[in-house]
Amino acid sequence: MTLPFLILALLTLAGGVAAMTLRRLVHCALALAISFAGLAGLYLNLGAEFAGLAQLLVYVGAIAILIVFVILLTRGGDADPDSSFSPASAGSVVIALAVFAVLAWAVNTSSLAHVATLQPAPPSDKTGTLQIGQALMQHYVLPLEVIGLMLTAAMIGAVILALRDKRIAAEPKDSELRAS
Amino acid sequence: MTWIVNYLWLIPVLPMLAAGVCALLKQPQRRLSATLAIGSMSVSFVLALIAFAEALSHPAIQVANIHWMQFGDQWVSLGWLLDPLAAVMLVMVTFVGLLIFIYSTGYMAHDPNFTRFFCFLSLFAGAMLGVVIANSLLLLFMCWEVVGLTSYLLIGFWYHRPAAAAAAKKAFITTRIGDLGLLIGMVWLYAQSGTLLFYDNGSGCLEQHAISALAAHITIFGMVVSTAIGLLIFCGAVGKSGQLPLHVWLPDAMEGPTPVSALIHAATMVAAGVYLVARVYPLMNAHALEVVAWVGATTALFAACIAVAQNDIKRILAYSTVSQLGYMMLGLGVGGVAVGMFHLITHAFFKALLFLGAGSVIHGCTEEQDIRNMGGLRRFMPVTFAAYAAGTLALCGFPLFAGFWSKDAILHSAHGWGISRGPFYFGAIGALLTAFYMTRQVYYVFFGPRRVPEAQAEPVASPRHPAEESVIADPHESPRVMTTPLVILAVFAAFLGFVGTPAWPWFQSFLAGQPARFDIGGFSEPGLMALMGVSSLIVFAGIGLGWWLYGCKPIVNATDPDALERLAPGPFHALANRLYVDEIYEATVIRLTRFASAFSAWLDRWIFGGLVNLVAWIVTGFGWLDLGLDKYVVNGGFDMGCREVSLFGRFFTRIQNGRVQNYLRVIAVALVILAIFLLWGHRG
Amino acid sequence: MNPLAGCLLVSALLFAIGLAGAITRRSAILVLAGIELMLSAANLNFIAFWRFGPHPEALTGLIFVIFSIAVAAAEAAVGLALILAIYRHAKTSDVSEIGEMRG
Repeated sequence: MTLPFLILALLTLAGGVAAMTLRRLVHCALALAISFAGLAGLYLNLGAEFAGLAQLLVYVGAIAILIVFVILLTRGGDADPDSSFSPASAGSVVIALAVFAVLAWAVNTSSLAHVATLQPAPPSDKTGTLQIGQALMQHYVLPLEVIGLMLTAAMIGAVILALRDKRIAAEPKDSELRAS
Repeated sequence: MTWIVNYLWLIPVLPMLAAGVCALLKQPQRRLSATLAIGSMSVSFVLALIAFAEALSHPAIQVANIHWMQFGDQWVSLGWLLDPLAAVMLVMVTFVGLLIFIYSTGYMAHDPNFTRFFCFLSLFAGAMLGVVIANSLLLLFMCWEVVGLTSYLLIGFWYHRPAAAAAAKKAFITTRIGDLGLLIGMVWLYAQSGTLLFYDNGSGCLEQHAISALAAHITIFGMVVSTAIGLLIFCGAVGKSGQLPLHVWLPDAMEGPTPVSALIHAATMVAAGVYLVARVYPLMNAHALEVVAWVGATTALFAACIAVAQNDIKRILAYSTVSQLGYMMLGLGVGGVAVGMFHLITHAFFKALLFLGAGSVIHGCTEEQDIRNMGGLRRFMPVTFAAYAAGTLALCGFPLFAGFWSKDAILHSAHGWGISRGPFYFGAIGALLTAFYMTRQVYYVFFGPRRVPEAQAEPVASPRHPAEESVIADPHESPRVMTTPLVILAVFAAFLGFVGTPAWPWFQSFLAGQPARFDIGGFSEPGLMALMGVSSLIVFAGIGLGWWLYGCKPIVNATDPDALERLAPGPFHALANRLYVDEIYEATVIRLTRFASAFSAWLDRWIFGGLVNLVAWIVTGFGWLDLGLDKYVVNGGFDMGCREVSLFGRFFTRIQNGRVQNYLRVIAVALVILAIFLLWGHRG
Repeated sequence: MNPLAGCLLVSALLFAIGLAGAITRRSAILVLAGIELMLSAANLNFIAFWRFGPHPEALTGLIFVIFSIAVAAAEAAVGLALILAIYRHAKTSDVSEIGEMRG
């Protein structure tokens, strides 16, 4: 439980809490980005450089930005701040706390949590990017291809879903006329 | 057994067949129906003559019985018999019936219901002949009822006249009351003797064995059983022959056509009661015969009194018939079968003659029936007058006419009756009154100036003459088809009595089954000549009284009060109102019956109907209960169950409310619970 | 409390925070954000177990996390596109008002 770990953990958690409780959506998105950055730091702390940087690239660089864009497009900033929380928010918090309690209890009661000596850090030449690339291309080539396909499909799907086509834009008006 | 005895049943069946054919004709056919009726009656008459000859040569009773219905191992048998009594009745009924049939073709010539008339007449003739030859009380009763039915049909022949319809009903109901006694007597006789056949080789109910068995038992009022049965059977005769309490239908029965009155209510149907008593004579002992005699005597006097003050030509004759029937019953009671039957035979002829003559008068005067509106018809209708005079003299008992011998025989027997002289005096006074009222009638109708009814402005249409014919014309003599039977009957009325004179009692001997000898010494019976003289005096006195009151001074106006009325208005009015017997019956019996029927109706409606309604309500109540159970318990329960299931389902539906966050919450809670289970189990 | 337990606890707490946000906030975008947080917490779990578990040179945990990040990216893209589409249809991105697919 070293200090860097604690600071990074605190950062992550604070960012997360902020992301979930702030009123204005843009603030939430930015806090989320901080949280993701903290996570990336944690990965780096734990020796997973590639994962950490990938996290930084993808989560902070893509997802958080994407969220900001969508907030922009959906006028989320104009939403009524008083009604940010749903009616049953108290109970929901309790449920979340209960989940945490259970998970903490599980961690505590497991034997792993109380093992004195842990695995030493693996040498970095065994866990470098080269090894990751080799593993991906040799051992995990199938999931890699599937992930490629999936990303393609997701990209196409997202584009189609979000497309404000003139034809499609015209159709809802026609169907609205027809429905009325 | 000779063939006539075996085929005796043809005599009643032939007229019934004629009636059946007439009834089934699609359209009324006058010639055919009249021919059938007269033809069948003629054949029956010939057969009756053959039977009469047979009975002459073979006076013992001959029977022919047939088994009819079987009850277990008992048979109900029917049969017919032939004896002198039956033979005499057969000849009389067929002969008089034939003459009246011929008369009717003329009398009913203008009537539109000619065919129906002859159908009913034939049916009546067949039934009456059935009564005569019946050897079983059951068969006699069946034919008796048909006779009553046809009497109803014929009295009410012009049924659209309310008076005729009412008279027919009255006749039927009154005779029915008498028939009730006959039925009870019949059932009792069957119960006591086990058979209803009169003569059956020693086992019949009128034969020695049965009679002695009946005479041995004593029943209520200390009467012997045979007396009781005999009196019950006499009840039927009281109804049918119009004796005193049940005589009220006979005068009203004059609403029927005159041939009907002649045939049914003079000669045959009313005589059926007398014949019945004669037939069951072995059942009657001295006590029963005493009752019969008193009833007959009282009736004779009662009806003769009323006849004095009547103004309708047929009603006078009707009351005269009632009176003469009383004489017949008196004769049966005091003197025996021969005495009563002799008067029956002679009465049939001269009363039929009188009725047919009255019909001729009515026809000639175009439906006028009130004697005050007639007069002087002697000049216009001489043949009718001559025949009517002969009949009158016979009825009065004028010496040497038929009625004289027969009535005299009755008075002689009554005089010699050991029990009481009362019936004799009743009969004597009745004879005086008979002569008186007949003379009155003859003077009113045939003598004096012609009286025209005052309210004859509009010609009144009668059932038989259309309106345009009933103008005030002079009375005319009837056609030959109507006057010829009158003449024939007049001859018989004059000379028939000679078969029963004391000097040559052929009739009485014939009925007793012994040969008759002519013996002038029969007149020298003690007291006989004196009695004949007394009765002749009575007749002359009656005729003289009538001449003095009605013949001396001619009756000029129709509205003149009756001479007797001027003398004694009180009694005259009472007699003119028929001594209020109908009114008494109306006030007592009819009111009682109406009350009883109202009470029964109330009982039926409220008590029995109430019970039925109660049961119905209970059942309905059960139905309602079942409905309620079905609706609320069965249906309701089931519906509630279904509703609960539905609510249950709807409750669970709320879990899926489309709110994603809720789903997420549920999943989180489930995760917590599951984890707790796993960890707890693992820990333990 | 060894470092593994510490990492696991942090991961659990982050997961709970993500869950709390997902089931509490009304905006659909923030629900998605919460889900991303939960996914990230799971990733942290994997990395922790890779680091402190046996055979780290097999790179299993790491590869998994790489793939998980890829999937998370794709999922975020599609999810946000969906939110856009729903926003265009219902004029709102409030999840408590979009309750049409209910039973």
